[in-house]
Amino acid sequence: MPKSKSAYSVPTKKQKSDTYIFVVWVDNEAGVLARVVGLFSGRGYNIESLAVAEVDAVKNISRITIVTTGTPQVIDQIRLQLTKLVPVHKVAEFKREDKDVIFKEMALFKVVGKRNKIEKCLNACKKFNPVILDETKSSAVIQITALRREIDVMNKKLKPLGLISTSRTGAVAMTRGAKIFN
Amino acid sequence: MPKLLTGAEIVFKCLEDQKVEHIFGYPGGAVLPIYDELKNHPSIKHILVRHEQGAGHAAEGYARSSGKPGVVLVTSGPGATNVVTALTDAYMDSVPLVCISGQVPTHLIGTDAFQECDTTGITRPCTKHNWLVKDINDLSKVIHEAFRVATTGRPGPVLIDIPKDIQFAKTKYKKPNKEKSLNGKSHNKFSQDQIDELVKLLSKAKKPIIYSGGGVINSGPKASQALREFVELTGFPITSTLQGLGAYPGDDNQFLGMLGMHGTYEANNAMHDCDLLINIGARFDDRITGKIDEFSPNSKKVHIDIDPSSINKIIKVDLAIVGDVTSVISKINKKIAKRKNGHSKSNKSNIAKWWEQIEKWREKDSLNFINSDESIKPQHAVQRLYELTKNKDTYVTTEVGQHQMWAAQHYKFNKPNRWMTSGGLGTMGYGLPAAVGVQIAHPEKLVIDIAGEASVLMTMQEMSTAVQYNLPIKIFILNNQYMGMVRQWQELLHEKNYSESYSEALPDFMKMAEAYGCKGIKADRPSELDDKIQEMIDYDGPVIFDCHVDPNENCFPMIPSGKPHNQMILGPNEQEENKIKGKGKALV
Repeated sequence: MPKSKSAYSVPTKKQKSDTYIFVVWVDNEAGVLARVVGLFSGRGYNIESLAVAEVDAVKNISRITIVTTGTPQVIDQIRLQLTKLVPVHKVAEFKREDKDVIFKEMALFKVVGKRNKIEKCLNACKKFNPVILDETKSSAVIQITALRREIDVMNKKLKPLGLISTSRTGAVAMTRGAKIFN
Repeated sequence: MPKLLTGAEIVFKCLEDQKVEHIFGYPGGAVLPIYDELKNHPSIKHILVRHEQGAGHAAEGYARSSGKPGVVLVTSGPGATNVVTALTDAYMDSVPLVCISGQVPTHLIGTDAFQECDTTGITRPCTKHNWLVKDINDLSKVIHEAFRVATTGRPGPVLIDIPKDIQFAKTKYKKPNKEKSLNGKSHNKFSQDQIDELVKLLSKAKKPIIYSGGGVINSGPKASQALREFVELTGFPITSTLQGLGAYPGDDNQFLGMLGMHGTYEANNAMHDCDLLINIGARFDDRITGKIDEFSPNSKKVHIDIDPSSINKIIKVDLAIVGDVTSVISKINKKIAKRKNGHSKSNKSNIAKWWEQIEKWREKDSLNFINSDESIKPQHAVQRLYELTKNKDTYVTTEVGQHQMWAAQHYKFNKPNRWMTSGGLGTMGYGLPAAVGVQIAHPEKLVIDIAGEASVLMTMQEMSTAVQYNLPIKIFILNNQYMGMVRQWQELLHEKNYSESYSEALPDFMKMAEAYGCKGIKADRPSELDDKIQEMIDYDGPVIFDCHVDPNENCFPMIPSGKPHNQMILGPNEQEENKIKGKGKALV
């Protein structure tokens, strides 16, 4: 048997990773985002996307939505470690495949080119509620809301049609129906 | 109108209301207003250290030995960065510390001002929580909350960064308000059903083992009492982590010794072969588990811990009970006592075979070593130290390395809070300043730092603190001229390439003692050891004891890395036997 040259054990079999969305309610105070993000980087967890903003100005609460991947054990740890942070009020998590939860991202596309190309772009975006936020003779800024992979697809598709700049948000999430995250 | 107080006055008001008696610190520009206020508060004694890391470790020793939070006061910039090692150490070992650091005035924050650093940024990953106070009206609330965060749930360090202008600013003082739940974070989340389930598991077990840890110590003396009752009621064998030593008497027959990398043969084999494993206040650290895939493969696992994030972090368990050790164990004991008729007896006979097996493992005598008349064996030195101090209520701290493991193996603790060592972070240089803190908390008690010569040199300057406050700490150095544990790993894993692990030009510790104004004692022959140790104990004042030991001794038994519990390397006696067997085979 090969001898381990380390004072530590070697990594063993890995479980399957899945994509999860975490929703975290925190006190909106200085440094709170650094605490949450620092927990992820410090413990080697992954952040795919992040969205954060104040949602309750009276109670001073911000809502952070984080898309991450991990084995069930890691996802458990993320929830428990987040819950331990002092400014964290509650934590909810769900799988990306969860049918009871909607999640959306927003993207802004800047397209530069002739009118017909811009029209083609709008057409291609039709499924994703395109809104023209700015328009000139030779350019347009188009806003769409969609899933991450849909935006990925659009991003590729619009390149030949004059897309010169993309700006996109992280995912935000909401449960379907009358109930809210526990 | 109520009187307006300055920030500095509020700091002391808060400390008084939190019943703080000692603070460990070092002054500097950004905390001068607080130091200026010190003279007006005679109930709070300041201990001047020689380096901020020393302040942190001293506060840790104070906290671990007394159960009260340790308080540290340092200046901005280098003061704060120097204390980071101690904060990290306290975070890993769950020691309640409240560190107050000065900061440059608020209008200079972010300008790279003199002695400015992003203290809250630097200490964020090594504290339970930290605060930068930018408004004087928040100060008293923050300090009181800091004490609550540090001492409730799983304890740990916190830091409050106070800019200098806030220390001068004035406001009304607010007393601590009554228990407010911290964002709904409660600590006892267990139910009677879980207790019942555990008791059921207890009665079914044929090969049980209890594995207790530092959580028992942190839960207070009542937890140790409850644990002892629990062990007596069940008749189960018990082993302990490094941090848990003393929660259960080390010389009791039901105690199998420490487990883990340098644990006893019987403890580790019992962990491997058991059918019920009850973890009480420990965290399945990698020095304990060995190879995860083969860790205790056939057991039902129960985990009692106050920190929900400790559950299933490393080892998946069958029953998790989240709660304070004292309340959980007391509930279990009550339940067992209720069912007592026949239960405890039949259970004890259930496990009679298991005890027979354990006794067989015990016969290996895995802590043995080959003693010598010529050179002092380090294990022998610790044993003699134990024999000569066991009748006193002795407090022991250690540095990190071989001497630490020998101390854990050969010094037997009978009470909680008597053993202070850096386990999680493994900080060389912890023991001397920790001894200072322990002696401050227990001025009349015998406090010994079992040290290695390499470790102790890292914080040797704190001898000056000991001399200044006439703290009669005893620094018992097992001097083998090597970074012994590094040397041992190099011998076993790196083909004896002793790369940089030998200390050339060690100082003369006798002269060093003289220079610091304390007593120096040196021993290098086994025949003089007892007399010299006695001389150390009898001397009323700090002592540096330079005990020259065999430089080539290794710490056994040990679980090599990546191996499970049942594949230990045993000591020299066993190895000798194996060698002969090997040769014998070749002859045939």
